[in-house]
Amino acid sequence: MAMKYEVLVEVSLREGIADPQGATIERSLPALGFESIESVRVGKAIRFRIQADDASSAKSTVQQVCERLLANPVIEDTAITITEATTGDAK
Amino acid sequence: MASLLSKGRVASPFVKPLAQGREGSPKLQIVVGIVVFPGSNCEHDVVESLGSLDAKAQLLWHSQADLQNSRAIVLPGGFAHGDYLRPGAIAKFSNIMNSVVEFARAGGPVLGICNGFQILTEVGLLPGALQKNRGLRFICEMSQVVVSTANSSASRQLAQGAQLSIPINHFEGNFTCSHDTLEQLQQEDRIVFRYLNNPNGSVDDIAGITNETRNVVGMMPHPERACDPMLGSSDGIQVLASLLEAAQ
Repeated sequence: MAMKYEVLVEVSLREGIADPQGATIERSLPALGFESIESVRVGKAIRFRIQADDASSAKSTVQQVCERLLANPVIEDTAITITEATTGDAK
Repeated sequence: MASLLSKGRVASPFVKPLAQGREGSPKLQIVVGIVVFPGSNCEHDVVESLGSLDAKAQLLWHSQADLQNSRAIVLPGGFAHGDYLRPGAIAKFSNIMNSVVEFARAGGPVLGICNGFQILTEVGLLPGALQKNRGLRFICEMSQVVVSTANSSASRQLAQGAQLSIPINHFEGNFTCSHDTLEQLQQEDRIVFRYLNNPNGSVDDIAGITNETRNVVGMMPHPERACDPMLGSSDGIQVLASLLEAAQ
């Protein structure tokens, strides 16, 4: 029986690719008194639900979606988190 | 616009070739297809500038697959599909892009300007990617661009080393690619245009590149906006004239 899963895809700039938004946020923090923060990176979070037989087949579909649409592999990496949906109708 | 006004012609989205054209002029028959996505906004500028070169332009809606016998294709500037997700990320799935890729793989000349360049990288016809400008500013200004190679479909009428005044108008124009790709572009002489004063952080000052077979060119500067002295420069006309020559 098909299951529903909650998916979180985090898209971030690849290591070594300059992240001007992250750098700008990081530079502004000391002025607000936050001296202890470093390595700020800005990315996107994309959430959706998917129907699949099991978690691994859900993951393989999501990976294809990431490769084909959600991220540009030249400059971006993705991290996928999949959890079982708690109720069938949850928004 | 100025070029049309100065010639007393009526502005139209579909510029017709001159009825009594110059006898035997090979350019008269060239039909250039300009792809229009939802959110494109420079297509009419391209039509106008091609009109001043006596070429015929036709607008091609993105959801159709038929290139209607176009001999060259231009992907114009703008914000295709609102630039949602990433510039070009949705546009690459438009019906017409399969035909454009096929046309390019068969050697047909394709020019992507600004958003069009972004689409060409997303669809894989050109390497690399265009990310947000260094400094996170949208830049709209005249730029000085140097022709790095005359060996491409968009620069064959230009001299290597020539300096052109062509405006830029973008937020994501910062060309980036892997070290290996950059070396390949350099060694294969595939960097077509470089900025004289790098405005956006692009690696190696890259403003435009070409593919391995040199028929596909992507560039961030807008040659169609530099096609009449009234616009501050007419240097861009040679870029479009090169495309027409490549289409013959």
